[in-house]
Amino acid sequence: MSADIKFDQLLDAKGLSCPLPILKTKKAVETLTKDQVLKVETTDAGSKNDMASWAKRTGNEILKVEEGTGTFTFYIKKSA
Amino acid sequence: MANKKMTIIASKGSLDMAYPPLILATTGAAMDMDVTIFFTFYGLEMIKKGKADHLLVSPLGNPAMPMPVPIPTLVASLPGMESVATAMMKSMFKKHGVATIGQLLALAQEAGVKLIACQMTMDVLGIKKEDIIDGVEFGGAATWMDIAAESQVNLFI
Repeated sequence: MSADIKFDQLLDAKGLSCPLPILKTKKAVETLTKDQVLKVETTDAGSKNDMASWAKRTGNEILKVEEGTGTFTFYIKKSA
Repeated sequence: MANKKMTIIASKGSLDMAYPPLILATTGAAMDMDVTIFFTFYGLEMIKKGKADHLLVSPLGNPAMPMPVPIPTLVASLPGMESVATAMMKSMFKKHGVATIGQLLALAQEAGVKLIACQMTMDVLGIKKEDIIDGVEFGGAATWMDIAAESQVNLFI
């Protein structure tokens, strides 16, 4: 097991399909202050690529992605 | 850096075809783009008051539409088949955690997506301003063109 990343807020987006995981991530990140970390859990297989594109476009940093069986966990640092 | 811009022309009013403009608009807004949707012809249906969650999909003329059993075209044309197909599609969306059209429309407005209704098609189709949800502006082709000329992404759906 790798060292757990500390996060400031958890977003459960499991069971939601495109575009809801992205829309909810955007809303959640907006409530954070710079350098705080959001942990997002999804089951949407498209979210792995979507989250990367979203982060690139909005200037936020994905610290880590964990893939489980049918789940994805993202640690996103509010950078913008 | 100024935000990127996107415009979408929404011209279809069936349940399935209402999704792409609203999915792309809300996603664009979430990716820091300034988004405008121009509703024309049947696309106006989704911004009529109380209509967003009552759009229909027809199995007619769409051989790609999945049905539990193969339905001959003649049967698909029978009264009630639209309701059957619509109920089926809505339950598929719900099962997969897809937002409803009404939810996406509300999210779009909340995210500041600019909604413009085509005045000419409203006149032709007999749609009044009071039939349209609040927060919508009214304009024509030139209004869209002005915004589209400064946008990086322009889509006709």
